[in-house]
Amino acid sequence: MASEEVRRSKAADLKVVNQPVRRRDAAEKVAGTTRFSGDIGPHGLVHARLVRSVVAHARLVSRDVSAAKAIDGVIAVLLGEDVPNNEVWVDVPGQETEIAALKASMQVLATERVRYQGEPIALIIAETEDVFAAAEQAIEIEYAELPGVFDVQAALADDAPLVHDSGNLLAEWNISRGDVESAFAAADVVVDGEYYSQAVDHAYLEPEAGSAFLNDEGVITLTVATQVVEHFRDVAKILGVPHSKVRILAPYVGGGFGGKEDMTVEPYLALAVYRTGRPVRMVWTRQESLVARAKRHPMVMRYRTAAMADGTVLGHDIDITADSGAHAFLSALVLLYAAVTAAGPYDLEHVRLRSRVVYTNNAPCSAFRGFGGMQVVFAYESQMSRIAQQLSMDPGDIRKQNALRVGDSLPVGQPIETEVLLGATIDAVRAAAGPLPVPSHADAAVGRGFASNIQPYGRLVWLHDTATAWIGFEHDGSLAVRIGVQDIGAGQVSALAQIASEVLSVGMEDISVHFGDSARTPRAGTTTATRMLYMSGNAVHDGCVELRDHLLGIVARARGVPVERLAMVDGLVRSADFELSLSEVVALAVRGGEVIHVHHTFFGPTGPPAITDLATTRVLPDFTYGTHLADVEVDTRTGLVRVLRYVACHDVGRAINPVTVEGQIAGGAVQGIGQALLEEVVVRDGVNMTGGFFQYLIPTSSDVPDIETIVLESGEGLGPFGARGIGEPPIGPPAAAVANAIDDAIGVRLTRLPMRPESVWEALSAGELPS
Amino acid sequence: MTGVRTTIVVNGSDITRSGPAHYSLLRWLRDLASVFDVKYGCGEGVCGACTVLVDGKTVSSCLVLAVQVDGRRITTLAGLAGADGPSALQEAFIECGAAQCGFCTPGMLLAATEAVASGELTGRDDIRSALHGNLCRCTGYQAVVDAVESVIGTVEPTRGF
Repeated sequence: MASEEVRRSKAADLKVVNQPVRRRDAAEKVAGTTRFSGDIGPHGLVHARLVRSVVAHARLVSRDVSAAKAIDGVIAVLLGEDVPNNEVWVDVPGQETEIAALKASMQVLATERVRYQGEPIALIIAETEDVFAAAEQAIEIEYAELPGVFDVQAALADDAPLVHDSGNLLAEWNISRGDVESAFAAADVVVDGEYYSQAVDHAYLEPEAGSAFLNDEGVITLTVATQVVEHFRDVAKILGVPHSKVRILAPYVGGGFGGKEDMTVEPYLALAVYRTGRPVRMVWTRQESLVARAKRHPMVMRYRTAAMADGTVLGHDIDITADSGAHAFLSALVLLYAAVTAAGPYDLEHVRLRSRVVYTNNAPCSAFRGFGGMQVVFAYESQMSRIAQQLSMDPGDIRKQNALRVGDSLPVGQPIETEVLLGATIDAVRAAAGPLPVPSHADAAVGRGFASNIQPYGRLVWLHDTATAWIGFEHDGSLAVRIGVQDIGAGQVSALAQIASEVLSVGMEDISVHFGDSARTPRAGTTTATRMLYMSGNAVHDGCVELRDHLLGIVARARGVPVERLAMVDGLVRSADFELSLSEVVALAVRGGEVIHVHHTFFGPTGPPAITDLATTRVLPDFTYGTHLADVEVDTRTGLVRVLRYVACHDVGRAINPVTVEGQIAGGAVQGIGQALLEEVVVRDGVNMTGGFFQYLIPTSSDVPDIETIVLESGEGLGPFGARGIGEPPIGPPAAAVANAIDDAIGVRLTRLPMRPESVWEALSAGELPS
Repeated sequence: MTGVRTTIVVNGSDITRSGPAHYSLLRWLRDLASVFDVKYGCGEGVCGACTVLVDGKTVSSCLVLAVQVDGRRITTLAGLAGADGPSALQEAFIECGAAQCGFCTPGMLLAATEAVASGELTGRDDIRSALHGNLCRCTGYQAVVDAVESVIGTVEPTRGF
């Protein structure tokens, strides 16, 4: 069977894939034997801690660490001058200056200037953590404070303080399709909206952590909670050593959500080993994680939407400004995702988009589940529901009427090539929801809201993404898979074992997956961009097909039967006349001098790079679509919003493990509800006010309702067995669904996240409530 | 290491270590006793990742000094399984997919164990109330509540561990 046929085989044929098998990491996790990055390390570990800026914007007048170095137990205190390549330069994608590609820089340890509260300045290495406090006290840093800029509009003003000398505008993307002006002239209805999304913290339960040591080969070996073991190259550049002299391992990671996509502890662990030769551990405190690590980009999103009386949405005029914080990180790409998906899962003829991301002296922002494609859902789905209101249309019907179909294209030019089950997701959540709940008291109002979304899976096509797997039998017929994936808690490794088990008919218990090692497992890329199952799953799938066909060929030649008469099922190679166990097949291959492994690379689709004015045929491989429905109750006395019922439906193409898929949807929905109602990184004049879990509130089990998940399987995805990615998509719709439900309940449109009781109450008070 | 000598019964075995008097139970367990199934999540008693049972009652081990529990019986996640394998609740967590990244799981399972053992859980709202001191960022709590609900009534209430 050709690879493409297997990939799209019907669910009914599947024995391991598409089944709710027990995740292979679950037994250890519930037994407490899983070792995370902060639990692992060689004997004789010493400890490292960063000294971070206490102000948001300042020139560093002096940094005196001599007294700290003299403290008993302090091994070293390192400054930027101790970093071989302290200036890290990165290209800002798609952005050109007059002479070359725009580059952004940041320092590993700041030497002359700090640009946000929490920016690293010094690295203490000590025998025990007990001396950190005394060492920090003894370090004298003199700041000359500079005026800061903390608001994106202020940052763009002519006389704004400059965060970087290159100017506060970091990157911009523009889209122009059709004729927006004539669309607005022809429209029966025009809706204007301005929406604000806030900075959000990933708040995974495992803080940034890792350890490092120098191995016998002279390789600096790091074990880190990361989504990207391939940062070994970036670490090597900072140290000025060959890439081959740095190795990164990622054991099971305690949650990622994009927050462990950029480097966190890696440069500091490696530097500590490089300078002291001692094995080192570093665990960030929750407080420094909340203050200093990159957040979700706040965005200001202005939408003007034109529609006809029959419900046809003609198009949008969109203006987006995003806050990058003090450094570039992945901001240009986050903004690109926002731009590409800004019109939502709809076929719109006229779209004009202007977007920009600017530097401020707030904490830097970078990747977070949804990656820019999340914030815009709040805006475009609020707009869709408002148009439905104005036209007295059903909010589900207007979405179905305008939904993308195969053959349409996004405003950026990207063709839609796989089936869009958007209408089916809308019908599914409506059918599941039933009647609107009854208000629980006289001052309560209930309402229902919908939101649909489109979210890419797979990386940008000009990144030329690949994933490689090594798959080989052992002599007893058991199987080893080697693949450099990071498992960040979504069952990435378990899904790969399922795929291998399905294709090669080896029992799950007879498969070992060796993962997350930049030196000893083939490079499989990042666990980001909802790409892991798509890319690595295909690498394992196609590699297993190649290995199966190789072994069947050996049996066919040895037995003189056509290969078409052979099948690999139930741990056997079978024909009408005989059957061989897999260990017998392996023995046959070994005796014949044949290999019993493959090394297979899967290549993602490729294309040319995007430029500022986006007009291209393809930006991303494909997309996942879904619809959520929220029923809320608003207490009109207090403004408190409770979500009473929540239904979430996505077309996942094919659920490799249905339990895992439902877990991704429920978890994403609740993380999105947190952003809708509770969460906000509050920075006042550059000072973080939410540096603990007492201040930064993520949903508890009591804050959220049951999440009813509905999994549709079109079999249309580009991943193994027709799977689409489902990691990021479920976080998109909740904020808009809740906002639309609040409007339905109390007739008040909230446009700023989070929708806390005080802002709901204020909005109600400004309306027509009796005083 | 010099300091205060403390003996704690961890999962049925006496562990004696000397360490600074200011060490929290969390630090004592992880840094001195190499008990790594107790997790640091926030250090201020909010997230529940460091939950242990002290004489059968849940405690945030980051908020208790080790010297305060000298001589007491501590149960960590590794102590939940019996001689005949994982507890019914551990099995339910596996079956329902209640452990995703697994970092909140030690504290979550101990809190759930205490709640189930109380015999006072009657439904999903009770379960949500009982677990609201344990943050999870992966599951949305759905599978966790499912898992706990599946064992209510099947596990005999007990007075401790």
